[in-house]
Amino acid sequence: MTLDDTDRRILNRMQDDLPLCPDPYAAVAAELGLAETDLLTRLARMKESRVITRFGPFFDAAAMGGAFCLCAMEVPEAVFETVLTKVNAHPEVAHNYERTHRLNMWFVLATETPEGIQVTADAIERETGIAVLRFPKLQEFFIGFRVAA
Amino acid sequence: MSISDTDRQIIAAMQEGLPLVPRPFAAIASQTGLTEETLLHRIAELKARGVIRRIAAAPNHYKLGMTANGMTVWDVDDARIAGLGAQIGALPYVTHCYERPRALPGWPYNLFAMVHGATRDEVEAKRGEIAAILGAACRGHDILYSTRILKKTGLRLKQKG
Repeated sequence: MTLDDTDRRILNRMQDDLPLCPDPYAAVAAELGLAETDLLTRLARMKESRVITRFGPFFDAAAMGGAFCLCAMEVPEAVFETVLTKVNAHPEVAHNYERTHRLNMWFVLATETPEGIQVTADAIERETGIAVLRFPKLQEFFIGFRVAA
Repeated sequence: MSISDTDRQIIAAMQEGLPLVPRPFAAIASQTGLTEETLLHRIAELKARGVIRRIAAAPNHYKLGMTANGMTVWDVDDARIAGLGAQIGALPYVTHCYERPRALPGWPYNLFAMVHGATRDEVEAKRGEIAAILGAACRGHDILYSTRILKKTGLRLKQKG
């Protein structure tokens, strides 16, 4: 789909927090000078066409007592799809990207307990026979997920 | 910090996202057997505790024409990483910036900064800007482009009980 200026304004605004009130979309629509139905229709269309992959709460597993960990594997091309199936089968694998490097598979584990990271990463090593390098965050320098649409 | 069963239910009900209807919290409340008012109160508490960071849209960079997505990685002097990391994290084109452990001998990099752009040339130019900021505190760097999204889901809680 092509985005018009209104879609872009909506997308930029909706990357920031939604007000916590009974009718949050009406509140955002008023901010943007739009009708609530127009906002909802455009949001639904952007979601349907996957311009927005998800709309909802962003959870922090660490604040729930859980943990996140970035992991990387060096997967031989010949077995890439087989290994991918095994890795993605774990619900703890939140995102997974193929990247241009000797370490060509990069994924994030999100688990409910800190121990869950090791358990899952070890299980993946066992199932695939490939080392899972672990890069937990030591320090976070500002997260500005927002992109200008 | 642990979470209560009610909070767990609320989180489970919102994992797929917030409905795009005029009263989204009322819709979630009816699924969890809470009143809208109680639900809003509990969500406010979850936000105060940092369990929910924000309620927002996750855009698809690819669909927005930002097809070049480079994970830049840097081997930065440990003594200077706090100050320099903060500087890199504040750049408008860096979306995530973390200090992570090195995995020696193969992986000497301890600073990760995600850079998005319309083209690889644009991402490379931004990488050059970061290199200039880090200067002599950086002993080596690399960039990893993503070529495929292999999986992308929100956090999934295991169902208990």
